[in-house]
Amino acid sequence: MGRPHPAWVLPGVLFFAAFALAPMVLAVYLSFCDWDGLSAPRFTGLDNWTTLLGDPQMHRAAGLTALLVLASWAFQTPAALLLGVWAAGRQRNRAVLSAVFFIPLLLSSTAIALLFHSVLDPNFGAVKQFGEWFGLGDQNVLGNSTSAFLAVVFVGGWQFIPFHTLIYQGGARQIPEVLYQAAEVDGAGRVRQFFSITLPQLRDTVTTSTVLMVVGTLTYFETVLILTKGGPGTDTTILPYLMYHTGFQKFDLGYASAIATFLVLTATGLALLLVRFTGFGAMRSTREGM
Amino acid sequence: MTTGTTGPTGPTSTAPAAADVDKSPRPPGSRGRPDRTPRAPRGRGGGGRTRRPLLGRRVNPFAGAGSLIWLVVVLVPVYTMLSASLMKQDQALTGNPLAPPSNPTLDNYNTVLNSGFPRLIGNTALVAVAVVALVLAFSVPIAYVAVRTRDRWSGLAFRVFLLGVAIPAQAVVVPLYLIIGELGLYDTLLAVILPTAAFAMPVAVIVLTGTMRDISEELYEAMALDGASPMRMMLQLTVPLSRAGISTVAIFAALQAWNGFIFPLILTQSEGPRVLTLGLFTFMGQFGINIPALLAAVVLSGVPIFAVYLVARRALINGLMGAGGK
Repeated sequence: MGRPHPAWVLPGVLFFAAFALAPMVLAVYLSFCDWDGLSAPRFTGLDNWTTLLGDPQMHRAAGLTALLVLASWAFQTPAALLLGVWAAGRQRNRAVLSAVFFIPLLLSSTAIALLFHSVLDPNFGAVKQFGEWFGLGDQNVLGNSTSAFLAVVFVGGWQFIPFHTLIYQGGARQIPEVLYQAAEVDGAGRVRQFFSITLPQLRDTVTTSTVLMVVGTLTYFETVLILTKGGPGTDTTILPYLMYHTGFQKFDLGYASAIATFLVLTATGLALLLVRFTGFGAMRSTREGM
Repeated sequence: MTTGTTGPTGPTSTAPAAADVDKSPRPPGSRGRPDRTPRAPRGRGGGGRTRRPLLGRRVNPFAGAGSLIWLVVVLVPVYTMLSASLMKQDQALTGNPLAPPSNPTLDNYNTVLNSGFPRLIGNTALVAVAVVALVLAFSVPIAYVAVRTRDRWSGLAFRVFLLGVAIPAQAVVVPLYLIIGELGLYDTLLAVILPTAAFAMPVAVIVLTGTMRDISEELYEAMALDGASPMRMMLQLTVPLSRAGISTVAIFAALQAWNGFIFPLILTQSEGPRVLTLGLFTFMGQFGINIPALLAAVVLSGVPIFAVYLVARRALINGLMGAGGK
């Protein structure tokens, strides 16, 4: 009675299929091809994949990507968790500070990368002044491999911590006040309350945020392209940048597709693992039941 | 990505709590938040609604100090950006970067505005409007069908979109380069619009489905008794009652369009269809060491979103909470 015909979904599904699903499938196909972007793709079987497995540049990029994901998680999660829980409270200055914390969300990744490119410029940026204050001299942050890598971690955190703070703030607001009242009666201190109530109650939120963080970090691109161009040398060449460089600067688009496919497989695999081990599946069912 | 825990999707019960992120300070007496209850409203009696928070009154020095550190971390780059964008180039290059501009000037903003910036904004706005229109036109019927039918195929379609959330844009740029080229759309605004809209769809479908689930069956039955067609029900019942979700989706899609970089980078080339993010990137090469002008461009690129933020703060925050990582 008055139900829409299922065919209503067709236009949307076809559109999505044409510009998201089909390219995904085509990427897998192209990963078995040799293609310079001009002539027609030529099927070469497993060539790209065997190259990929033995390619030292690829190994290095994969290692750097893994390191970037870990470092970003270790930086962003504690910061976002603490800020989010704090912002969920009722301090008087909270509203003002939350508004300031929101600023990075109003800028695009491109704008943020450009901003930090100038802040970290050894001849111009604020880092020059900090270097003088702390007696470090002119710091060519982006010219040194360790500090360039840390700069990518930091800039990513600067951009995304506010977003994850919002997630944790939402999560922390849903914790029933009664739990804290009971803990108060039992004489539990603030730290104890955080570890015994807040953290366990935010378990699912941590998972959501972690999945988003991992998948997000695996696709950092603008930050690397603008901030370091993968350098110095190849010391910040993570997989998405290697993919872009291989495909659109060296015009080896078949091999670039293999890298892209590898990236998707990794991202999906990691997301599934996280879901498996942390009970994200259970959470999704509450969402679906909403 | 939305979840039960962060819950920005529910139109009535959860959304206000999530939207409440930075309400202006309320009068001291009314600190308890009546909308905090995460569960369904409890029955009368018991007086459970007036839970005065015992917590949050005490000062928490660690959290306070931490948030102040983060305040500095956020503000220093923002301050240098604003102040340098007002500097003359020689001061920016030789002076103390943390000092305020000695002779504030708007020249840098003029330089940027005269370097094709209006066209970049126009292109980007066009892309954003088109993306929002496409996303809503395609996603609303999908979510509506997913909620209103138990059909196996629509369930399958819904699952496809759930999976689609995981596809990163980088993964498909090479094949899109091929497809867009074959369609003869390379270096046009449509080349940016179509994939951007497609990639905004999964989140849109999920958010809209979450919102539409809360609409009660009785309302549909009442309309069915009046002989309303499914189309009329969607337009006159579902859409108006899903306003919260629809605005979330619209804002999210607009932000995707506004901030997208890799599709424009790879699918356009000339100045004609250039969008804002790509324009910033080319400014970087074009202005070279004219860092004040570059930073003025960065500031200007944030102005439209800042304007939206001022007007639609809650909807924007909801949109971001529902957006997922990128």
